[in-house]
This record gives sequence, structure tokens and C-alpha cells, in this order.
Amino acid sequence: MIRETYVNALTLLLLVAIPLWAVFMDEPFTITLMTRAAIFAIAAIGLNIALGIGGLVSLGHAVFFGIGGYAMGILAHHAQTYTPLAEWPFLIDGTKSMPLIWLVAIACSALAALVIGALSLRTTGVYFIMITLAFGQMFFFFAISWAEYGGEDGLSIYIRNGFPGLNTLAPIQFYGLCFVLLCLVLLFAWKLSKSPFGLALNAARQAPMRVETVGLDPKRVKLVAFVISGVITGLAGALFADLNRFVSPTMFSWQTSGEIMIFIILGGVGRLFGPVVGALAFVALEHWLGGLSDYWHIYLGLLLLVIVLFGRGGLIGMVSGREAVHD
Amino acid sequence: MTDPVLKTQGISKSFGALRASRDISIDLFPGEIHAVIGPNGAGKSTLIGQICGTLKPDTGSVQLLGRDVTHETARARARVGLGRTFQISSLAMEDTVLQNALLGALGASGRPWRFWKDALNDKDLRATAEEALLRVGLEGQARMRTAELSHGQRRQLEVAVALTLRPKALVMDEPMAGMGAEGSKRLTGFLDVLRQEAPILLVEHDMDAVFALADRISVLVYGEVIATGTVDEIRSDAAVQEAYLGEDA
Amino acid sequence: MSLILLIEQVLNGLQFGIMLFLMAAGLTLIFGVMGLINLAHGSLYMIGAFCAAAVAAASGSFILGLIAALAGAALAGALVELVVIRRLYDKDHLDQVLATFALILIFSEGTRWIFGSFPLFLNVPEFLSGPVTLPGGIEYPLYRLTLIVIGLLVALGLYLLISKTRLGVQIRAGENDREMIGALGVDIAMLYTIVFALGAALAGLSGALVGAIQSVQVGMGEPVLILAFVVIVIGGIGSIKGALIGAILVGLTDTLGGIFLPEALKLFFDPSTATSIGSSLASMAIYILMAAVLILRPAGLFGARA
Repeated sequence: MIRETYVNALTLLLLVAIPLWAVFMDEPFTITLMTRAAIFAIAAIGLNIALGIGGLVSLGHAVFFGIGGYAMGILAHHAQTYTPLAEWPFLIDGTKSMPLIWLVAIACSALAALVIGALSLRTTGVYFIMITLAFGQMFFFFAISWAEYGGEDGLSIYIRNGFPGLNTLAPIQFYGLCFVLLCLVLLFAWKLSKSPFGLALNAARQAPMRVETVGLDPKRVKLVAFVISGVITGLAGALFADLNRFVSPTMFSWQTSGEIMIFIILGGVGRLFGPVVGALAFVALEHWLGGLSDYWHIYLGLLLLVIVLFGRGGLIGMVSGREAVHD
Repeated sequence: MTDPVLKTQGISKSFGALRASRDISIDLFPGEIHAVIGPNGAGKSTLIGQICGTLKPDTGSVQLLGRDVTHETARARARVGLGRTFQISSLAMEDTVLQNALLGALGASGRPWRFWKDALNDKDLRATAEEALLRVGLEGQARMRTAELSHGQRRQLEVAVALTLRPKALVMDEPMAGMGAEGSKRLTGFLDVLRQEAPILLVEHDMDAVFALADRISVLVYGEVIATGTVDEIRSDAAVQEAYLGEDA
Repeated sequence: MSLILLIEQVLNGLQFGIMLFLMAAGLTLIFGVMGLINLAHGSLYMIGAFCAAAVAAASGSFILGLIAALAGAALAGALVELVVIRRLYDKDHLDQVLATFALILIFSEGTRWIFGSFPLFLNVPEFLSGPVTLPGGIEYPLYRLTLIVIGLLVALGLYLLISKTRLGVQIRAGENDREMIGALGVDIAMLYTIVFALGAALAGLSGALVGAIQSVQVGMGEPVLILAFVVIVIGGIGSIKGALIGAILVGLTDTLGGIFLPEALKLFFDPSTATSIGSSLASMAIYILMAAVLILRPAGLFGARA
């Protein structure tokens, strides 16, 4: 058994080494794959805060991923067509600046998470799963019917958005940006899990009645966690849109929600690096198995079944055993 | 006489045709242990639920420190100063003993919206939590997972979490249940001292503990208080003999 | 807007709702008895449709196709229950979600592998095609009317099954107290397999019936599954009556919303704006209905209070 800390360190090392190796070998496609994995990891870290710590089995996180994506798509679309986003009550122009886009993505995701969370948290258990799934579908159909922004076909953005001081068109520079954000999000998730709020959230998952009797509101704690979770996944959505320079209703689909959840399970639920390892493993599987067979989802499904039925700790659990007691 | 810390006034609660509480008036004065006993199904859990705020009485009122809390939530009552221990442990089992105590301290601090600072390194929270663990004798188990504690130790932890709130009154639901003789004796001694700090409404099956501790006893049968009095009064009460103690004797 | 169009749309909504009911009834039964959330229920719907399309194409008989759909879905359901699902009953919801999500991946890709990505077509049988004239001179497709009748018959059958038969007694016992039915000497493992297969057969039937008016393709099950979830949230988990009423509400809201919202908005906006806003709103109408039910009755219209 290898200690979880070493597994985490090795993962970080791979996230740095593989792209550098790819630059050296002039393999831009590998960098793109790594960027994809890093962005998926951010999305899944977001979900892991709600799911792993808070026990909120949300099958609707594609909503936030999609909102982040469309925030980028809509703002950049208006910028590239030189049309204002709104003229009333005051003039709002589109933008090609990533930091601005991220802010909008975060604000919109937070708002959506607040509303969806407040409604969904009126119930628990399977109801919560079904309702989050249903809200995801609502956004999916809304995006399809939103003809102004491409409807079913989505929106293409011709040039990747900019970040001050970087050439985001260079794959390694965009990767670097995503990697730094991934590290920041990881740091935040780590601090949060040990913080007073994390303590309350962790207890709200295991014993909501107990949280209530010490004078705290478990539902409010979970709602705040849901919003934080949605915001992080929304940020990932904006990055994903910039990676592909394309957004479509698929970002809102239930399959996307399912995949974000799969990243966590592959890596290990509730573990800090679970989503990162899971996202890396998923992208690797997608690449290798996808190359071997058109029907690689069958193998992904079988692998997932095996992990659920026989190895709950995910990949990290398999190599480093049961989670150590925090101290 | 001083005012009661906790008081119910004629509370009643029905579930469909079942009248689980009938016009119950019970009070708890500073420094006392008031035991509530009664056969299974007498409505003890329903009574506790209404006192602690998880159930709303159909009629009647609940007062805490002279304040009407009938319509307040369980957490609002906790903040006013009502501590509670559960019959079936409701602790965060995957967490350590210390983390459970810290949660109580966090609730007492009223400041859960901190996302960065390490809870284990928060001096105030930690001091409160460790003091409570020390008082119930769990300081040696602080780093153990709660799931690994013995049944009796979980009871002690329940009490410790309640203590972190610095309660003005305590409601304890069968704290002795499932404890060995040694543990029972120890907890009895502890509650005996604790009453000076916070009076205790004690729902308990263990008659030895009740007779050893209680200043007053109320007997609950079919949702109704059929007698309230000192240990001696209750022992000699004919109605109680017939309805309740008779079965055991 | 004429009355005839209105009645036609109400019938369409009813037909859609009744088909949703077949899905929701199985889901809610499986959840009620076994406590399992089954995402793969949509796959069983798809399997039913593919069985019907394949057998009907080979034999030329729609009825044989329907029988194949029922048998195929029930068999697939029983098999999946025996191999995978029964290992999930005592696991938490997250594990159930993931394992049944994995089953979707396996079923969908497996079907694509066997049948290819192109849709199959299942034709409405000769004796049910064409319109029928209803009282009041309304012309309505006979096949759709048949769907409504079949669905209502199934609802009646389910009601009789649950309230009048020995199996029904066991199902109700299972919903109330799982340990109790073991003590009563019921073979729980067998009961669970039967209930799961029954739910699967209902899904398969629904898939086959709807397959004749839509195309039969991979991925057809999941949108219906999610709508069935909305139905259950509205109706209340574990309640067949709730599933029926919820399904009809959802069916009517979806169908009528799609027609009337754009029309209604034309009173306020110019036609093109009204159409685009109206169709966006209509696509969200059932979810807004769900949100409203959640606010007013979090446990659903007929759900037991949590």
C-alpha cells in the first residue's frame, strides 16, 4: 500500500511532467488531452464538495458546466460579431477576456445553484437525485430551443479568448493557465474540507439531526456547499468551452452530469485527489479504448460496475487503502 | 421559589387517532434532576420531541428560561441553551471523537461560515471541545474514529457534545441504555455533579439510576402524567404501583 | 384556436402521459418495494422498442413484436436483477446511481453494436392505422387512441394486481416493512426479481408502443426516464395513483404548453418573438410544474410525508 499523500504527489508530478514532455516531443495533441483532463478535474472537484463531503448526490451538475460554457459562448459571440449583448437598461458589450468571462460564469452558476439547491434541498435521498437530474434536462431543452445562440447546433468561437500576459493560443500556455486554476481549486477544496464549514458539512452528511441540536442549520450548510460546488463546476465549464472554442447543449446533457460523477468514482469519493485521478483516468481510457473500439463505453460501463460493486475507494483506494483518519 | 428553567404547559400531541401526549405540564428547576419514567409506548419520545423542537405540540406551550419557544426550531432552542442527548447515538460516525466535540463547539460559537482556517487549529473551538471530552473522561479517545467507540463511550460523547454548548438545561434520552454497570455508575456520579451547572430532564429506564439521582420523578402512562413527586412519594403512589411499577415488582 | 384542435391536443397530451405512466409505474414500484433508484429503466424501454421492431420486421406481425417487447424487456430485467441489481439493494443511493448508469452505458453501446447507429422503424399495424371519428366529428388517429386505452387497461390491471392478488399483498408488505415479509415466509429474492421484471415489462411495452410513432434508436429511453422521474416527484414516490395522475399532468402540460404558450404570447409580442420565447418557455413548463409542486408539497401530491 502506498500512502495517499504519495499518490497525490505523483499525480501532481504527472500533471507537470507529461505536458512538458509533450512540448519537448512536439505532441500538441497530448497537451490538449491533459488540458481536457485538468478541466474535467476542476469540474469534478466542484461536484466532490457537494457529493463527497456533503453527501448531495447531484445528477445535475451539467447545469453549471453548461452555464459556464454558455457564459463564455455568449460573451465571446457578441464580441466576435461586434453586437452588444444588451442595450437596455445600459449598453453591455461582449468580451474576449477570460477573467471577465470567468466572473460572469461564476456569478451565473452561483445564482443557478442557489435556486436549484434551495428547491432540491426541500427533499432528500432519491428525490434529490431525480430533481437535480430533471433541472439538468430543463436547461438542456432550454439551450436547444434558444435559437438566438445556435439552438441545437451550438455556438462556435473562432479565436480562443485572451488572458493578460499570455498567448492562450499556444496549447502549453493555455494548459498552464488551467493547471494553475486546478491547483488553486485543489487548495481551496483542501482548506475547506478541514475548515469549520467543512466540519459542519461533513457532519450534516452523516448526522443532520446532530447538526441541528448544536444550533446549526444543516440545510443551509448544504445549500452553501451546493453553491460553492456549482461555482467551481461553472468555472470548469467556461474553460472547457475555451478549450474547444465551441459550446453546445451537450454540455447541459445528463450524460455530462453522469461523466462528472464518474470522474469522482473512478478516483475515489470524498478524497481530495479523487476527482483529479479520476479525470486523468477517464481521459486516458477515452483515448486508448476509444482508439481500440468504437464501443468503448461498454468497457467504461463494465469498469464502473466493477468499481461500484467491488472497490468502493476508486483507483486511489485500490493503491492506498482506506482513508487515514484526518488529524 | 425560583423560576423554572424549562417548562411545558398543557402540551398535547396526536398522531391520527393516537393521543401521544395529553395535557402534559412538566417543569425543571435550577439544580435539579427531574426524571421522566414510563412503560414503553408511554409517549416519552414524543414529549422529548416537543420539548426539543423536532415536533410541534397541537396545543400548549413550551418555555425555556422564561421565554416562549413553542414555535421555535430545534436549533433556535439549542442556541437559547437547551442541550440534548439522543437515545440512539446520532454522532458523525466516520469522524473522530474530537471532531464531534468540535462540532458542538462550532455550534456554540455560531460561526460556521469560515472556509479557510483549520478547525482543529482553532484555539477557542479546540479548548471548548477538549474540556468537554476531559469532563466525560474521553480525552484518551480524542483521535479515535467515533465508529470504533464502545456503546458506552458513545453515550459519553453524546454528553460531551451537549456540554460544549454550555447548556442552561439538558434533556437526556436514556443516557444509561446499553451501558455496563461500571459505566452506568460513573455516568450517574457525573450527572449528580452536572445538575448544579445545568438541570437535567432525564428520561431513563434504569431505575437504580433514577432513584439514585432524581429530585423529582414524573410518571408518564399512555401520554399522560399520572404522578409527579419525590422518589419516596412515587414509590408509595398507588396509581404508579398499579400502572407501572407493579409490572416489574 | 378551435375546439377541435384543443380536444385533439388534450388527447395527445393524455396519450403521452399514459405512456409516461407505464415507465413511472415500474420505477415507483421498484423504488417502493426494493428502495432502488434505477437509471437503467430507460434502457429497458429501449430494449422493448428494439425487440418489437426486430421481431415485427422479421415476422410481419405487430402483435408478435409487442409480445417480443414484453418478453424481451422482462427477460433483460430479470437477468440484470439477478446479476447486478440485487447486489445494490443494501448499498447507498450513490452506488445505485453509478451502477445503473454503468448499465445504461453497457446497454446503449451494446444495442448500437448489434443494430448500428441508424434508427429502426416500427410501423403502425394495418388494422390500427388511419383516423377514427370521435363523437362531435373529431378525427383522431386510431393508434393513439388505442395507446390511451391500453395504458388505462394496464393501470387498471396494476390496481387489481396490487389490491387483489397474493403477489400484491406481498408487494404492499414489502413497501411497508422489508423484514416483515421475510418473516412471513415470502421468498424475498424471488419477489424482487418478479417485481423488477414486471417493471421492466411495463417499460418495454411502453417503448414498443411509442416506437411505432417515433423512431426506434439508441438513447431513446433516457429522456423518457427523466420525464418519468419528474412524474414521480410530482406524484410522490411509491404511489401508483400518484404516478398515474402525475403522468397525465406532465403529459398535458408538455403538449398543451408547446401549443398554447407561443399562441398566448402572441397577444403581447410580435409573432416571431412570441414563437421563440413561447417554445423556450414550453420546453421548461413541466419543470416549472415540478418546482411548484416541490414548493407546495415536497413529498409529492400523493407521497407519504417524509
